[in-house]
Amino acid sequence: MSALLNVNKMTHYFGGLRAVHNYNLTIEPHQITGLIGPNGAGKTTIFNLITGVYTPTEGAITLENENIKGLETNEIAAKGLGRTFQNLALWRHMTVLDHIKMAHYSQLSYGLMGAFFNTRKCRQQEARVEENAYRLLELFDIKQHADQLVTNLSYGAQRRVEMARAMATNPKILFLDEPTAGMTPDELVQMIKIIQQVHQDFDVAIFLIEHRMKFVMELCQYIQTLVFGELIAEGPPEEIQNNPEVIEAYLGKEDLT
Amino acid sequence: METARKFKNMFSTVPILGWLLGILAAVLIEYYWGYDYISYYLGLPKIPVLFGALIMLKNPMMIPGAIGYDLVVYVIPVLLIAKTTAFFTNPLAAMLEKTPLWLSAIVHLIFFYGVLHLWAGINDYRVLIVKLTLISIILTISINVINGYQGEFSCSHPGFMALGAYVSSIITLYFFVNDKIFGIAVLPPALGPWLFPFALLAGGVAAALGSLLVAIPSFRTRGDYLAIISLAFMFIVKSAVENLNGIGGARGMGGQPDYAPLPIIFIWTMLCIWIVHNFVSSIMGKALNAVRDDEAASESMTVKTRKTKMTAFTFGAFWAGIAGGLFAHVLAYINPGMFSINRLAEILAMVYFGGLNSIVGSIVGAVSINVLGEALRPLELFKWIIIPLILILVMIFRPYGLISFKEINAKQLLRSKFKREQGA
Repeated sequence: MSALLNVNKMTHYFGGLRAVHNYNLTIEPHQITGLIGPNGAGKTTIFNLITGVYTPTEGAITLENENIKGLETNEIAAKGLGRTFQNLALWRHMTVLDHIKMAHYSQLSYGLMGAFFNTRKCRQQEARVEENAYRLLELFDIKQHADQLVTNLSYGAQRRVEMARAMATNPKILFLDEPTAGMTPDELVQMIKIIQQVHQDFDVAIFLIEHRMKFVMELCQYIQTLVFGELIAEGPPEEIQNNPEVIEAYLGKEDLT
Repeated sequence: METARKFKNMFSTVPILGWLLGILAAVLIEYYWGYDYISYYLGLPKIPVLFGALIMLKNPMMIPGAIGYDLVVYVIPVLLIAKTTAFFTNPLAAMLEKTPLWLSAIVHLIFFYGVLHLWAGINDYRVLIVKLTLISIILTISINVINGYQGEFSCSHPGFMALGAYVSSIITLYFFVNDKIFGIAVLPPALGPWLFPFALLAGGVAAALGSLLVAIPSFRTRGDYLAIISLAFMFIVKSAVENLNGIGGARGMGGQPDYAPLPIIFIWTMLCIWIVHNFVSSIMGKALNAVRDDEAASESMTVKTRKTKMTAFTFGAFWAGIAGGLFAHVLAYINPGMFSINRLAEILAMVYFGGLNSIVGSIVGAVSINVLGEALRPLELFKWIIIPLILILVMIFRPYGLISFKEINAKQLLRSKFKREQGA
């Protein structure tokens, strides 16, 4: 078993509503996987279940053969699941640099006393984090905004901050929840480049939710289609593109009478 | 406007050291000539305590005299000395700049304390005001950790303060004082001042432990609900103390030894500022802001949100406890009524007036509300109209307080202004 992430028969209920049913997922190292499906299919719920925001009612989740089901979100994140959010979840009173630094939280070991008394260990670790943060800012082309509040940035730049922040947690798998939502076609092309670059530079596996077919088809090596919480099709892009069930879910059934 | 800018330009070359020297000159003038000459010739009955505010409000006839006094004693000497000594304070500041920052900061602080001590020493009333203001600074900064940095709305600060005040008072009374409640002192009273820091720390720890009762509900609730829970906590502490006759009940507890002179309080205040500043400028401390702005995002970015919230509460409460302990030993009497809704209103006013998420803001808030409260005392009832009115205006024009979301940069503050002078 060389799979990085393994989700086995995951089912989740919100009260009496079955949001996800018998969901399976395997992510190999360095693979880009896409999750598509109509609105309300449960795509973001699946993200939240895997990253520990909710604990699935049934099923198993393992990261590198280690169980991560039931752990707290921050523990799962520290084990190597970085993510971005569908509606940007940035900290509105913090600068861009602070965002990236904050995502190194689990890599700090100086403890509260170190922070209170500004010990040498604290200063050394913070300096190292800052160095790494600047490196990431440069990579994502937002270094010029380092000391600005995120709310003053353009939408595209905010998206890049979110990506950079997720990468700062040093993830093994990067979860992207609709990375191109609300972007212009130009920004979309740029985003594809950024994702490809991240994929290569960091040697990270990517799992993404997306609505734009062009984007998914171009990036992903493997695609899953989710409808009403159930997988109806999965496979390489060409296969999905021509799958009648997928077409039906997206475009509706052709009436031939 | 034009003259204001010119004025500002003229004094932009004065380093902090120069201003301190100017203030020292003013204080010395007041010390030596304030009573005998200046206030005598201006027709004032005595040295105006708070820049003449009290005299002016009591007797409007004294307004010209009081203003004259302020000009002669404070404004003119400060400006004059600050400007004329810039030629040597700047190189001096530049020299200090080359030493480590902590050394430079300590030199400045010692100088500042010396000036403050002289100024306050002229009058006992001033000493009390300065002491209470310094304690308010600790309180305001500590509530800012919870209400500003962490963004909760906690109302339990008087409760934390009471825990600190009572625990440290019990310790000092039990060990070092012969009193009615606890009988003969257990340890020689001479040890008291040396062991007083431990009594204070014990008070702080007690408050921190008490704060867990508020911190744990904060995992699930925020905003209004937490405000109510924390308010309830404050009343629980108050009524618990009222009903504990062993420690005086509603009658209170007196006779605390005078272990909190001005220098001790000053040191504790600076320690508080230093530690809180270290904390909130570290990544650990900025996690408070992250949790406030978006909890889900913080969790996903590996931040331990529960631990962060617990830290904010216990840390804030710890300093409230320290402040409470100092407060008890300044007044040498406490009763549960002191730690009730009035105190809460005062603390909240200071923090929201000064500015959320800022240590400088807290200092400004604590100093201005305290000084304003004292200065407007002769107005009696109207004081409670003017101060809230100012608060309303601040809230309208600066919803987060006067100086919010800004931190002190000690290095920049203490910098020599020499270079800028040459550049201009």
